[in-house]
Amino acid sequence: MSRIQKRFDQLKAENRAALVTFIMAGDPDRAACQAVLNGLPAAGADLIELGMPFTDPMADGLAIQLAGQRALAAGGSLKATLELVAAFRKTDQETPIILMGYYNPIYAWGPEKFAADAALAGVDGLIIVDLPPEEAGELVPYLRAAAMDFIVLTTPTSDDSRLPVVLANASGFVYYVSIAGVTGTGSATQTAIAEAVARIHRHTDLPVCVGFGIRTPDQAAEVARAAEGAVVGSAIVSVLAEQGPAQALALVESLAAGVRAARK
Amino acid sequence: MQSLNTYRAGPDERGHFGIFGGRYVAETLMPLILEVEKAYASAKADPAFEAEFRELLAQYVGRPNPLYFARRLTEAFGGAKIFLKREDLNHTGAHKINNCIGQILLARRMGKKRIIAETGAGQHGVATATVCALFGLQCVIYMGSTDIERQMPNVYRMKLLGAEVKPVTSGAATLKDAMNDALRDWVSNVHDTYYLIGTVAGPHPYPAMVRDFQSVIGEEVRVQILAQEGRLPDSLVACIGGGSNAMGLFHPFLDEPSVRIIGVEAAGHGLDKLHAASLTGGKPGVLHGNRTYLLQDADGQIAEAHSISAGLDYPGIGPEHSWLHDSGRVEYVSIKDDEAVQAFQHCTRLEGIIPALESSHAIAHAAKIAPALPKDHLMVINLSGRGDKDVSTIAKALGDIHLGGLV
Repeated sequence: MSRIQKRFDQLKAENRAALVTFIMAGDPDRAACQAVLNGLPAAGADLIELGMPFTDPMADGLAIQLAGQRALAAGGSLKATLELVAAFRKTDQETPIILMGYYNPIYAWGPEKFAADAALAGVDGLIIVDLPPEEAGELVPYLRAAAMDFIVLTTPTSDDSRLPVVLANASGFVYYVSIAGVTGTGSATQTAIAEAVARIHRHTDLPVCVGFGIRTPDQAAEVARAAEGAVVGSAIVSVLAEQGPAQALALVESLAAGVRAARK
Repeated sequence: MQSLNTYRAGPDERGHFGIFGGRYVAETLMPLILEVEKAYASAKADPAFEAEFRELLAQYVGRPNPLYFARRLTEAFGGAKIFLKREDLNHTGAHKINNCIGQILLARRMGKKRIIAETGAGQHGVATATVCALFGLQCVIYMGSTDIERQMPNVYRMKLLGAEVKPVTSGAATLKDAMNDALRDWVSNVHDTYYLIGTVAGPHPYPAMVRDFQSVIGEEVRVQILAQEGRLPDSLVACIGGGSNAMGLFHPFLDEPSVRIIGVEAAGHGLDKLHAASLTGGKPGVLHGNRTYLLQDADGQIAEAHSISAGLDYPGIGPEHSWLHDSGRVEYVSIKDDEAVQAFQHCTRLEGIIPALESSHAIAHAAKIAPALPKDHLMVINLSGRGDKDVSTIAKALGDIHLGGLV
């Protein structure tokens, strides 16, 4: 059983949702990023999304754009990203890690080789923002062969005719992008999120994690009542940049408290 | 070189030209991209759409523009007979308007009220602002702050036309970054907004659609050269940033084996330094919705391009050009900043025509190869735009490079 599936089974047994946290690999530099990454599980992160820095993050707002720039300026790369994961795995064999980013660095690495190398490093799944189902065939078979999950993104524009196309490749969980927009901007209403999650569940039994626009423990708790997971990215990345690693982990702790209390 | 029955059949139904092209966009945009594809297919099949497009090209853009025999450039080069396709004489001063007319008709057909676009040199921004004024649609133009500085006249023109010009400060603050921000806008305003892409790049169907709208250039050249010379041209030369003016000229001639076709990229400071020659100095990758040749490092990070010409300052190229490059049908070469500036001066002094710095790259390559060609060789250069927008860049460059007795 994959780490992702095991984690969601476990959370289901506990009747609570997952806190999924995003940080950018190599931000603000490699050592500080490794320390934050290693500290996330103890702070309450149930799953970790690790951003793969890219020069042209077309779907990201300012906070994550800047995180990527800091990481690249500090020597970040896809290779360094896998090394961060491998180092994390020395102390944590349980927490799933999903790499999130854009396709070109993976294409440059070679999709087949990358799938194998990422699995070896201890990566559990990939989210590739600019690889819709129409193009995903060039990567997904290699992920399957490496026993890695392809986490698909569904959005407010994924209607009932589009959802089956998107979900055809899905495994692990489904990431619902709750607003039509870039990361770190607006937030969807609780009603809209609940409706969207229910609609996705009419098409799949996979857990649904909701992201985009979730910044506070209260917002995370609201989402945790409607979905199997709440994803927080820009808020953590911003605190890391402005206040440092300790405060970023403190934010994760308070988000985790919100998520854990949500269904009580 | 593989030999095909036709080089004009692409893309396939998934928007691929060989391994190039495709639809590499965020899922939020996919339903809309599919809608654009459907709407374009229906427009293409509608004679009323075609008639309105042709009518506007004739009455508003001023087409056909001349295929002008450049006697003095011909004499100066001392070989091939040089013709200039005068896209600079179009309304708004460049070929960009051809595509904008086509796409604004499509946007109206789709009921979109808000138009966004990216621009490098500002020619596409001006053309977009122009058609938005013509049809009373809201217009937002993304432009890198570096480009805003070097193309100030075009920024004023866009504002006068009623467009909002949004400065983009990320990255090198040029065309690539403007395209990133335009895509971010589109993702955020997917319900009412149409993205009017200015070149033969981006997700399918844009590369094919923009090519189709720009093919009027080559179609006219064919009629004009047959009327003037009684035969097809021997060679075509056009500059390439994203590659829309080149594709518009080339596409109608791709299946004419006697026609030598040459695309000219920007070599900037030189191919071993900063440049914008994606085919010569790049490798295949995925950016801005399509797979194509890109300037990038070993990690797949996109490199900053450089060209003195804002319109060529882009680390990628349209996917069909990548395919034509790999298939060998079209030759791709490159011209450096200083060579383009020299060609700019030649054309201005010898013909009384101030060419865009972009088009000057094509003239510069013609100057290299024309002297060795026979006098009955018919060479068509696409004069894709006029150079008024470039005078301050040129003034600065001539101070830097050589005064050449001009001042």
